[in-house]
Amino acid sequence: MTQVELLQGSDAVAQAALAAGCRFFSGYPMLPFTGLLESFSRRLPSVGGVCMNAASEIEAANMALGASTAGARSATGSTGQGVALMQETVAEAALSQIPLVIFTMARGQQDYFQCTRGGGWGDYRTLTLAPKDTAEAVEHTQLLFHLADKYRAPMILLGDYLIGDTMMSVDVAPRDYGPLPAKDWVLDPTRNGTRETHVLWTFDTGKVNRPGLRPDKHWRRVAERFDEIARVEPRHESYLIDDAEYVVVSYGTSGPFVDYVVDELRADGIRVGSFRPVTLWPFPEAALEAATANCRKVLVFEINAGQMIDDVRLSVTDRSKVSFIGGVSVDYSGMRQGTMLDVAAIRERVMAHIG
Amino acid sequence: MATTSTVGPDIPATKIGSSLAPLQLTMDHPLCPGCGHPVAFRILFEAIAELGIEKRVLGTVGHGCYTLIASIADIEFVQCLHGRSPAVATGIKRVQPDAVVLSCQGDGDMVSEGLHEILHAGGRGEKITCLMLNNGVFGDTGGQMTGATVVGQRTKTSIEGRDPDLHGYPIPVASLLAQLPGVAYVARGAVNNAGSIAQTKKMLKAAFETQMRGEGMSFVEILTMCPTGWFVPAPSGPNYLNETMEQQFPIGVLKGA
Repeated sequence: MTQVELLQGSDAVAQAALAAGCRFFSGYPMLPFTGLLESFSRRLPSVGGVCMNAASEIEAANMALGASTAGARSATGSTGQGVALMQETVAEAALSQIPLVIFTMARGQQDYFQCTRGGGWGDYRTLTLAPKDTAEAVEHTQLLFHLADKYRAPMILLGDYLIGDTMMSVDVAPRDYGPLPAKDWVLDPTRNGTRETHVLWTFDTGKVNRPGLRPDKHWRRVAERFDEIARVEPRHESYLIDDAEYVVVSYGTSGPFVDYVVDELRADGIRVGSFRPVTLWPFPEAALEAATANCRKVLVFEINAGQMIDDVRLSVTDRSKVSFIGGVSVDYSGMRQGTMLDVAAIRERVMAHIG
Repeated sequence: MATTSTVGPDIPATKIGSSLAPLQLTMDHPLCPGCGHPVAFRILFEAIAELGIEKRVLGTVGHGCYTLIASIADIEFVQCLHGRSPAVATGIKRVQPDAVVLSCQGDGDMVSEGLHEILHAGGRGEKITCLMLNNGVFGDTGGQMTGATVVGQRTKTSIEGRDPDLHGYPIPVASLLAQLPGVAYVARGAVNNAGSIAQTKKMLKAAFETQMRGEGMSFVEILTMCPTGWFVPAPSGPNYLNETMEQQFPIGVLKGA
């Protein structure tokens, strides 16, 4: 069953979240995230959900966390600086094992580290999906709510202006990703007075009559969960890499621009291919290692000073093959992607390393 | 059941009975002798039981000595980040509107770190009950000055007493909340004598009833003793509360029935 609609990116993502069962959203306006907040605000009431225009990103994140503890599929989001304010709460969700979806609608590609390194405190990571376009963002949104419940962890969709503001024909029909464990950890007042009550907390100290695992054991248990995500969930997409002498690695909305350049260069007889991590964490290390085993050069294109390149170097067997062809590029007037996100500019940078 | 033990060489002490409050899991607690919090917990549990809402209450709690309530209450709780309890309680109430949501904070958690969250929850008229246990210090970290420390009060970071020139004035959060149209009930009680305790329990019940009638936010501040954070001997705590805090933060109902 498909349900194809022509939607602007923000509306498409919000509609996909509703299809995934999201019933609570809270946020604080900040471009390019604002459109998503407005869209949730328009759409959630019609399905009995709640959208809160919070008084800060900190409040928004904690509202969303509260809604999740009460059993709702819940999400929040912002842009780089706003997500920075939310990081204490993201860590709390990770270490308390509370599912949460965070929409990071970034300005350009400067927030790779913020998404993939765990920006708060303690031992955790955030699974991050970086869609290449609005249609993929719709798919990722639905998948994220499933994975957040599956692993009881906060997870990020990393979008940007292009995802939020591009109009595309998308399929927003609900997707079935299979069964999930019962949410028996959710707050349930009918347990009160039965001596079976719970306390949700990062330190898992529990009740006096039912002690929790306490931090040492609890945090090891949490860390094992992230190890499992790292094993099971890496996703990637590659294009024409089987015979490639040159592999260009990029992520998110840069991917389609890089693929366009690959097609152009192939037409000129240059054996170039592309590799795109779909999950930024867990980074698809094994897949990238295999994809670059026989190539001559690995070229990393990202619109920042060099962030993903750390993960590329950790993955590629011979790190001397790795070169950076990205850079900072910001259109300050609108704080959008700068001039570097252009096929001519990318082609020029690739060509400088060929020969 | 009566139990007998010996306190000191030849002074027998007799415990005349166990008196667990409803929903209270244990009589044992690690709080200091003379701390007012256990009394506040007890009247809170009794208020919940007397209203018959044991199966509706969900709790959120901040960080301080009072955090203990989450582990000794047979009530579902979320331990929140410092200051953010009203925001978490908001998310819970919006998803489970039939629950009676209780947000517990101390004066450090609410007035210092979390003033933003409590005022905005009040502004929105969230149908939750917010409780502030106010002892005028960060008790859990050893007695430093908070946003509610009264003028003249000695703390580890105002060792000669809170001086308005140096430290400014305490923020009367109850008075601020009482001005907001979304806040339906505001009261300030205390646990330093039997009369105040009985009065404060009535305030707690009125606050929950306000929430159940859907009238808006309800707020109860409870002045409570912290003898270890106050530079006074434990037995002097109740009088100190009366002579210092209550002079600047008088008890009574500020708004609502």
